[in-house]
Order: sequence, then structure tokens, then C-alpha cells
Amino acid sequence: MIGTALFFLFAGLAIACAISMVYHRNPLYSAISLVGVFIALSCLYVTLAAPFIAAVQILIYAGAIMVLVVFVIMLLNLEEDRPHSRLNYLYALGGGLGVLLLAQTFFIFYAVMRSPNQPADQTLSPGKTLSIGQAMYTEYLLPVEIVGVLLLMAVIGSVILARKLTAPQIELVVEKELEIRKEEDAKDGLGIAL
Amino acid sequence: MEQVLKTAFPFIVISVGILLAFQGVLMIVAYTVLAERKVLGWMQGRVGPNRVGPWGILQPFADLLKFIFKEDLTPDKSTKFVYFLAPMVALTCALMPIVMYPFGPRIADPLSWLVPYVADIQYLGDAVAWIAEQAKNMPLTIARIDVGVLFVLGITSVGVYGIALAGWSSNSKYSLMGGLRSSAQMISYELAMGTSVIGAVLLAGTLDLNGIILAQTQSPFKWFIIPQFIGFVVFLISAFAETNRVPFDLPEAETELVAGFHTEYSALKFALFFMAEYVNMFTVSMMCTVLFLGGWYVPGLSYLVDPGSIPYALISHVAFIGKICAFLFLYIWVRATLPRFRFDQLMNFGWKFLLPVAIANVILTIVAVFFLNR
Repeated sequence: MIGTALFFLFAGLAIACAISMVYHRNPLYSAISLVGVFIALSCLYVTLAAPFIAAVQILIYAGAIMVLVVFVIMLLNLEEDRPHSRLNYLYALGGGLGVLLLAQTFFIFYAVMRSPNQPADQTLSPGKTLSIGQAMYTEYLLPVEIVGVLLLMAVIGSVILARKLTAPQIELVVEKELEIRKEEDAKDGLGIAL
Repeated sequence: MEQVLKTAFPFIVISVGILLAFQGVLMIVAYTVLAERKVLGWMQGRVGPNRVGPWGILQPFADLLKFIFKEDLTPDKSTKFVYFLAPMVALTCALMPIVMYPFGPRIADPLSWLVPYVADIQYLGDAVAWIAEQAKNMPLTIARIDVGVLFVLGITSVGVYGIALAGWSSNSKYSLMGGLRSSAQMISYELAMGTSVIGAVLLAGTLDLNGIILAQTQSPFKWFIIPQFIGFVVFLISAFAETNRVPFDLPEAETELVAGFHTEYSALKFALFFMAEYVNMFTVSMMCTVLFLGGWYVPGLSYLVDPGSIPYALISHVAFIGKICAFLFLYIWVRATLPRFRFDQLMNFGWKFLLPVAIANVILTIVAVFFLNR
């Protein structure tokens, strides 16, 4: 009974935050709403006996990624997003995707209704840290390695992109400095000579 | 009626536990503020607060009353909703890890000595006997989920929002600079902090705070401060940065930013930020104690007192609080000793020194654990 009440509380919170995220034009409000969605989701994971996933959800999404997003919004001090008339076709795309998602949800409902109602295996405990670690490093080792390499590529790529922009500028500044110094030296030398 | 009470019993126990734990921690935090002013006073050749009560011991309550009765100003051009939300987020995220604190060892049988005294009373006798049965093997932790380390790290990292949003919503340049500095600083040092924890977690083989303590309970030489000394130092330094304390108190550097992110906050809202900072100090000291100094474990106590008895739990609990208070003293000591970093020094130190050292420590520990466990 309490579990059901908690589910509806956190699910309602998640949906309300999601609607608020889409609704607000101010990017910072949207970001805060998204944090609310993540926290409500992690509460749902706790009620589903998966504390590891809940903790990781908060640690990575709410604690790291969204902090960076908020940081960037604060740093750039973005103005409120005005509606763009030339992007009208996106409404159709969004509507289509929404219908697709709804259809998917109803299909899951249908599949769950059809399947026989049997109790879960209590010995498995898929939400525990130990079982997640064992599954990740035995059964799913290859996908984990591939994801790791992909993330490393993203990190290296971002570093290279950032360097490309700044490195020539630094050289230019230095060269200019050297030229100016040469000129000054020449002038000084000229001055002494005169 | 009986059935309803029995169903409600665990929730009553948890509520009482939360009330006691929060009250205790907040009292210690209130007196940390007083201790900070006193110790700073002594170290600087002053007396410190000594007017309210004998030796000034009632000063925290006087401060609180003052905070309550001060005028609560709200900047006209601020973003009101976020402005009110920020201190709440800061204090909530600071208080939430308290439910994970491992306050002491399990007590085998805390209440059955009470049963003979009340056995003759009609309903009370049965009730007490039932409660004593339920209370057997009682842990001194409120929430028992097996990812305590991750939970504490995650919740404290969410606490950044309080500071960042406070800086943004106040609509003041000093606040915005303080908020920006603080988010940058916390993002940078969180990495080093999380990485330095991995070594201790690897040695203990669990993410549960009580499990990590139990892995260190044979002798003081098993404390993780010895094999994980590098991890300990990295954790301590990044803990100072995470809690915005001197020498990393750039978000509220008075000489440059007036008061940083809480420049525009007054009265009780300022007090919430103030409390959040000190509760965060307590939490970080707790993590340091649990991960590297054996938590509630007192060397040799199990030879004197029976483990699992009430005196054992009490002495362990006092030792736990004592170790935390030693760390809190270290915070004050450092504040009296060191000057503030410059911002670029802070960033260079975090990214170019602390993080590589922490990663090297993790690799070393992995190799050592791999070869020792073969």
C-alpha cells in the first residue's frame, strides 16, 4: 500500500517536473526541472530495490552533468528562448515522436497484461551492487569495454577541439610580441646610434 | 489496534531515530560554530565570545535568535522562486546524508533488561516484550542501503545547486561570481574526492559505510590511513575545497566578492546557508573518519567490554563523534593558519596535481589488491 502511494507520489513528481521542463522558456528553469525529474526517478529506483542505480543516477546525472549545464547557462547568461517561426516543421516531428512513445507505452501495458503473473525470483536481487558488478565484468564485458572506449574517444575529441581553437592564437600572440620587441630593439638601437 | 501499531512500529522507530540523529548533529554543528570563534580567538590572542552564559556557551542560541528576528530582505530584481529555493536545496542536501551515518556498532539485545520490570503490568508488559524482541541486533544507522558511499557523495554533489542558484538568482555581480567560482571549484574537486575514495572501497570490498568500518576492526594497523595514506591526503584536501573552507574559500572571499554567493541573503535564509556549510563539514569529516580512521572502532575495547553490549556501543559512539570532532578542529586550525589560494592556483592544483595523484593511487591499489588476493 505504502509502496503504491510512494510510486504515485514520485511518478507524479517526475511527470510534473518533465512538463515544467518543456513548458518553461527560461533555460535555467528547464535545467532545474530536469534535475527534479532525475531525483524523482532515483527515488523510484530506490522503491524498486535498486539503490545502486538510484545513487548513480543522482551522482552522475543530477550531480555532474546537470551541474555543468547550469554552470554553462549561468556563465553565458542566456536570454529567454524566443519561439522560432521557421522551425514550425519540428512541431510535426515532435508530435509524431510523442505518438510513437505513447504507442510504445500502450504496447508495454498490453504485453504486461498478457504475460502470466508470477512472483520474481527472490535469490536474484538484480539491483544489488555485487550482482551489477558481476554482470558488467563477466557477461557484458564487451559492451562495457566498447562504451568505455567510446567515452574515452569523446573526451579526447573534446580536448582536441578545444586545443585547435586556442593553440594558434597563443602562437600568434607570441609572434606579435616578438615582432614588437624586435621593432622596439631596433628603435632603441637607432636611438642610441643617433 | 494492535496490528496497526505493529505495522506502524518500524516507521515510528525510523522517525525517532531521524529526530535524535538530526538533533544531535545540529547541536554539535551549533557548537562547532562557537568552537570556531573561540579557537580562532585563542589562536589570534583574543578571548572570543564570552558574554552569553558562562564562557559564552549559550552564544549559538543567541545567534539563532538574532537570525530569526533580523529583517528578511529580498532583492527587488531577483528571481523570486529560485531565490527562495536555493537555501532550501543547500540545507536539505546537507542534512540528507545524516541518515547514512554509521553512529555505532550493532547492539545485540538493547531492551530485554527492561522486560522483567514491566512484566506484571497488563498491556505494557506484552508490548515491551514484543519491542525488545524486535529490537534485537539493532544497528545504529537509520537507513541501511548498501551503497552508502555513493549516496553520500551523490547528495553532497547535488548541494552545489544551492550555491549556484543562490548566486544566479540574486541578480548581483558579486553573487554571480561567487556562484560561478563555487560550481567550478566543486566540479573540479569532486573528481579528486570520488577518485580518492575508490582506494578505501577497493580494500574494504564494499560500498556500505558500516561494512568499510568492519573491514578495519581487527587492529589500528588495519585502518586504511596506513595503506591509503595518499588517498587520505587527497580526500582531506578536496574535502576542504568541497566545503568551501579556508584555504579554498574563494566563493565567499570577502576582499573580492563581499560575501560571495550569499551577499544578498539576510536573516534566516543566510542562517540556512551557514548551517549547510557546517553540516557539510561534519559529513565530510564523518566520511574521512569512516573511510580512513576506522569509524567507531576503538582499539582493544573488545577485550574490555563484550562486543554487542550497550556500554560497547556507547563508548564506540563517543569515539566516533570524538574522531569527527578532531577533524572539525583541524578545519578550524587550518583556517587560523593558511591564507587563501588564488583562483588559477586552485584550478591548477585540483586538475594538474590532485587528480593525477588520486588516479595513480587507484591504479597502485588495484594492482596491490589484485596480487594480494590471488
